[in-house]
Amino acid sequence: MLLKRVGVGLLTLFVVSILVFIGTEILPGDVAEVMLGQTATPESLAALRTQLNLDQPAWLRYFGWLADLANGDLGSSMTGSTTIETLIKDRFANTMLLAGVVSIVAIPISLMIGITAAMYAGSAIDRTVTTGSLCAVSVPEFFTATILVMVFSIQLKLLPSIARPTPYMSFFEILRTLTLPVLTLSFAIAAQMIRMTRAAVLNVLDAAYIEMGILKGVPRKQIILKHALLNAISPIVNVIALNLAYLVSGVVIVETVFAYPGLAKLMVEGVQTRDMPLVQACAIIFGSIYVVLMMLADLASFLSNPRLRHPK
Amino acid sequence: MIKPVLKVEDLHIVVKGLNGTEKLIVKGINFEVQPGQVVALIGESGSGKTSIALAALGYCRPGLEFAGGKIEFKGVDLISTSRLERRALRGHKIAYLAQSAAATFNPSIRIGDQVTESAVLHNVLSQKEADNKAVLLYHDLELPKAETIGQRYPHQVSGGQLQRLMAAMALCSGPELMLLDEPTTALDVTTQIEVLKSFKSLIREKGTSAIYVTHDLAVVAQIADHIIVLCDGEIMESGPTDQIIHHPAHAYTRKLMAAVNPIPTDKREIKISDKQGRLTLEVEALYAGYGQIQNGRPEIPVLQDITFSLPSGSTTAIIGESGCGKSTLGLSIAGILPRASGNVRLDGKNLPARLEVRSRENLKHIQFVFQMADTALNPRQRVSDIIGRPLRFYKKMNRIDVRNRVLEILEMVDLSPELVTRYPKELSGGQKQRVNLARALAADPEILICDEVTSALDTIVGANIISLLSRLRSKLGVSFIFISHDISTVATFANQIIVLYAGIIVEQGPADLVLSPPYHPYTKLLLASVPELRTDWLDDTVQLQETKAAIARQVEINETGCPFYTRCPFAISGTCNESLPPVRDLGAQHSVTCHLDGLALPGNNDPYQQRVG
Repeated sequence: MLLKRVGVGLLTLFVVSILVFIGTEILPGDVAEVMLGQTATPESLAALRTQLNLDQPAWLRYFGWLADLANGDLGSSMTGSTTIETLIKDRFANTMLLAGVVSIVAIPISLMIGITAAMYAGSAIDRTVTTGSLCAVSVPEFFTATILVMVFSIQLKLLPSIARPTPYMSFFEILRTLTLPVLTLSFAIAAQMIRMTRAAVLNVLDAAYIEMGILKGVPRKQIILKHALLNAISPIVNVIALNLAYLVSGVVIVETVFAYPGLAKLMVEGVQTRDMPLVQACAIIFGSIYVVLMMLADLASFLSNPRLRHPK
Repeated sequence: MIKPVLKVEDLHIVVKGLNGTEKLIVKGINFEVQPGQVVALIGESGSGKTSIALAALGYCRPGLEFAGGKIEFKGVDLISTSRLERRALRGHKIAYLAQSAAATFNPSIRIGDQVTESAVLHNVLSQKEADNKAVLLYHDLELPKAETIGQRYPHQVSGGQLQRLMAAMALCSGPELMLLDEPTTALDVTTQIEVLKSFKSLIREKGTSAIYVTHDLAVVAQIADHIIVLCDGEIMESGPTDQIIHHPAHAYTRKLMAAVNPIPTDKREIKISDKQGRLTLEVEALYAGYGQIQNGRPEIPVLQDITFSLPSGSTTAIIGESGCGKSTLGLSIAGILPRASGNVRLDGKNLPARLEVRSRENLKHIQFVFQMADTALNPRQRVSDIIGRPLRFYKKMNRIDVRNRVLEILEMVDLSPELVTRYPKELSGGQKQRVNLARALAADPEILICDEVTSALDTIVGANIISLLSRLRSKLGVSFIFISHDISTVATFANQIIVLYAGIIVEQGPADLVLSPPYHPYTKLLLASVPELRTDWLDDTVQLQETKAAIARQVEINETGCPFYTRCPFAISGTCNESLPPVRDLGAQHSVTCHLDGLALPGNNDPYQQRVG
């Protein structure tokens, strides 16, 4: 069962690799045109293409790339002399750092707010939470980011508007420089998690075993935390996994606003310079993280459900 | 003078509508429960019986509200007392047993933890003491593997066991008052006997007072000291059990009693429709089940070698306990669950196994009526859409024809034409089941497969549906496959009976022959398990050898031999467990699958038969 799930994951990645490759092929222009720019002549273009193996048929390049990838070799950048690995390494660490801090901040808070809203469904607290999270989900990130920069960096001069962690910074300096992007992203992902947690818990609260809990004299808090939450794990974990995947791959706007050197921005730069190996490498990393997160979510759903864990 | 445990005085409960309207559903109820007494609240759904029982915990379902009166538990008014005090009584001094244990147990928590939860929560026992007490209760309730059953999750035990485990949950904190809300209604008749037997002896032993809520008079007769008959939130009649059963004073009580099916006998008159010459259905050597199919056998086999035919205009009943494969049979005939091998022939032509490849004509001929109208009807569609859909789909009718035909069909199932604009949630249980039936009839089918269509309904409503089906059968000439676990319902309605056990046909034939001796031992068990309207039925029945043997064991499917071997009082060791039983032809299309030969089958010289006389 678990093996099958891993197999499906690998198959998904394979399909992703094909799609990524086709996608980069469709892009108009190539790296040779970008590199030579105005000085390009048909002869120099052809020469550069031969040098970069761009004259080979697409399927041959695809399989060459796939074989290298399977050996852990992401290839070398077409625009510089560096390997993609060195290009990506620091950026990847930065992306994971930002995603990690955001999840540590946003996940527990969202769960608490979501559960509280479900506990007092229909009350003023609940209405505030549902309306507030609906507004939050509707505000675009660049807007939140701009407002935060205006207030905290320009007006109050408390926090930097540019988030560039360097190896020379202390832990607290790094946290300080990350504060605004973390706030922006938490704001964006919390809303969805809050709403999902609330809905999942409320859905379970209709069950007969919850009424039985009340009739056994179990206090409300205990009913929610013990009886309801255990049965709401699966949808909650899934929405968390989706949001984590978004934190890794979908934060290019926030990275741009705060000039944060992350992976998503690197990929966009790769597209601009038509550095296909770089784009492909980033896409495969994003794809892998997504697939792994979904697999973990499935695993958590599996473990939280005794019917699956202990079949008859 | 002994003080009552519970005293209900002038209780009123209202249901609050969305626009602030209030409707009384419990209208001034008075009664008392004495120590050690079992009081039954009996009535149809909507009579307010469950609301009254829940009120004895100081609880109202969402949307309901107390609107006056008092409920005193040993002098404490449960309505006016503080929330904390109410919570302290719930699950401690007053315990509740719900209708469906499967829904009442939390699927994610081990059974033992749920059984001991309230006792530990209310500081009656420490966790360790509670665990020990739970094991004692499991023994008392005759649960298998009492030491370890608490380690299991709810889905790992059978329905009947779960129902008894719920009793353990209620009893663990040593309550003084138990509220039993239809605790055996969802069970098979055979399982009902074992659960009733456990409940009865436990209540007697512990001297607990109880309120028993049900719509089934025959069940109540076994267990209650005092019966209160409710209708529309009012008490119709109240008195000692013997008096109510033998001398019912109120017309409504007599109506309830009339709806209890008589003991099935062969002395019945069932007419086959006059409209002959329609299509017949033949099922031949059908195998079906779940999982991958290899060489015509599914990975998890459910049905084995099923062969029967359904003459046009007649009714074939398929009966057996839950899990015997009766629904699977209906589903594979309809093609919803494709058969693994065998033939299903309609009018001589073999139907494809899968629904998707059957022609629209064939789909139209076989219609399925599902057990739960609640889940079968789309809650977002009006009655007119639900019934109109098959008319547009199968008959390509235009809008005006559809509208007229929907009204005709509603009339056919005795529903008022003004219901066409309603949504399913605006209908009563009986009305929903009629709409469910109307949807199937709209296709103008040859064969209607009815899967437990009355088992979720009250006795009276169920009886009305059956009489409607009988009328439709003679009027329209439709053939029925009537799937049921209740042999007494079937006996009033079927021409032909097929008894299924663990996926094989153990007896089949014309209804009057199946219902008269000689019986297959399993048929005999089913007949003996039908509750009768007399107070000593349960005590008599548990003494019968067939019920004794049957309730001691679970259904076990052996690789070799007869599947009923472990529960059969007539089993021949060395024969029945070694080889498959032969099909014995008893003549007149009546056959029994049993190692006992015709003469040795349970029949003439047994107490059950003499009693029925």
